[in-house]
Amino acid sequence: MTLRNRPIPRGVSIVGAGMSKFGAFPEKASRDLFIEAYKDLVNSVDKGFDPEDIEIIYVGNFSNDLFEGQSHIAPIMADSIGLVPRPAVRIEDACASSGVALRQGIIAIASGMYDIVLIGGVEKMNNLPTSKVTDTLATGGDILYEIPAGFTFPGFYAAMATAYMHRYGATPEDLMNVAIKNHENGALNPKAQFNVTIPDWMEKRKASAKRKGKPVPTWETTWDFLHDDHANPMIAYPLRLFDCSPITDGATAVLLVADEIANQFTDSPIHIIGSGQASDMPMHDREDLTTIGAARYASHAAYQMAGVTPQDIRIAEVHDCFTIAEIIASEDIGFFDPGTGYSKAAEGVTARIGDKPINTSGGLKAKGHPVGASGLGQTVEIWKQMRGEAGKRQVPGDIPLALTHNVGATGQTCVVHIYERRS
Amino acid sequence: MNEKIQRPFTASSFNQFLQEQKLMGTRCEKCNALFIPPRAICAKCRSDQMTWVEFSGKGKLAAFTSVNIGLTFMNAQGFDRKNPYQTGIVELEEGVMISARLLGFNPQDPASIKIGAPMHVEFLEIGEGEEKRMQLAFRVD
Ligand SMILES: [Zn+2]
Repeated sequence: MTLRNRPIPRGVSIVGAGMSKFGAFPEKASRDLFIEAYKDLVNSVDKGFDPEDIEIIYVGNFSNDLFEGQSHIAPIMADSIGLVPRPAVRIEDACASSGVALRQGIIAIASGMYDIVLIGGVEKMNNLPTSKVTDTLATGGDILYEIPAGFTFPGFYAAMATAYMHRYGATPEDLMNVAIKNHENGALNPKAQFNVTIPDWMEKRKASAKRKGKPVPTWETTWDFLHDDHANPMIAYPLRLFDCSPITDGATAVLLVADEIANQFTDSPIHIIGSGQASDMPMHDREDLTTIGAARYASHAAYQMAGVTPQDIRIAEVHDCFTIAEIIASEDIGFFDPGTGYSKAAEGVTARIGDKPINTSGGLKAKGHPVGASGLGQTVEIWKQMRGEAGKRQVPGDIPLALTHNVGATGQTCVVHIYERRS
Repeated sequence: MNEKIQRPFTASSFNQFLQEQKLMGTRCEKCNALFIPPRAICAKCRSDQMTWVEFSGKGKLAAFTSVNIGLTFMNAQGFDRKNPYQTGIVELEEGVMISARLLGFNPQDPASIKIGAPMHVEFLEIGEGEEKRMQLAFRVD
């Protein structure tokens, strides 16, 4: 089938975007992270704005109920920034929660019901020990039929990786190229959890061993380091630690307004011209384990709505919760043919200075993956890149069109957005 | 002719069949599509005229992993970082796939596991006393 994809009936613009620092912050509660993201957003609005004008708040959040023991999080976030009694809505679609929240905000404005909408995303994951985080993330899968088989969240993507490697001949090293690239980008992003390249990480580990008088590891190349079972342990074969996004505390925020009032906020708004969302069955019911069907449907709908093609898109932020996920995503959004994404990554096509830069922010891998905040984090990066405000990681040249691809769990949800900068 | 099985098309029924060492799914009476795990409504034609069918339990490996950082309930069965368990998706000879534990592979050498390997169902007894139950697994032939 084809998903509904008629043009957005009323233009929608982003006029501000912000994020907290991503990382592990024992001293910060979810609302503290959200306040930090909101303040960053406020500073990003060129002509300033009156928070009084915000009409409704959508907050993406995966599982604060389990992570922090606090549900009903939307009014708490609204209250934390002084926005009660405005309606506050929590959106939960696993890791796609805030990408879907953005889409709901677009629908709210496009419908004519609202003109000024605040979108947020937040996840506070580090209160729990790793074993409980593993259990909590797995609840994004099917607890009746997938979890009893022992699938973890890395395990699902690891299974996709084995199917992909088997069909296309990719190797674990091909997957790891994605992590190396994303850490290179993350090293240039001051908000990233891992603000460091993998070679620098290796050197730091050596220096630390030396300083402590411990035996200094003999790694000479990045690959020595990445093949070391101690430095880069297996999580779920074939995925090692550096194939996986980290456990992250973080929040994100975006201010959406109707096109006709965007110039009250900025002379350089970013327009959203395509939005697609799709859902899918659990992995074992899919016809093909080397692609994410919902991502293909959502991409197609977004491209049709925007009236553009993958060739027109300059940069993309895609959902690299695991290295294999970025490779599959680069194919699902139509940048590359099925089975070629891994070679394109190896050739540097997706590097910051390549033809099709992917995840200039460092991606979920290096920037961090506060699950319910991640989708909107992609939008924050696109906002910065399209306006030429990405600092050391700025992609050279104009970026007239960009795309975000945000996946929930193993692809039961995917939401894709296309952004345009005019003039 | 066997009498038609009168059990609701639920996970509870599926699990009850597992305890009886039967691998059961559903077939759509309207379009003949097969489903395992069972479905109450056909995903192909949306008919709710379903019937229980037993699957042969023979198939081949479609995707797999070997989990070093496991779920709490799996760790309780003695698995850990150094002793990973294997799980994956098996394509049954009837043409549909299911998630299950995998048995018979060398846990220390997951790279030797081959997609396409022939597999057969095994009803794996886990837990102790009151908690004792059959879990769905497939063993390499
Ligand atoms: Zn049917």
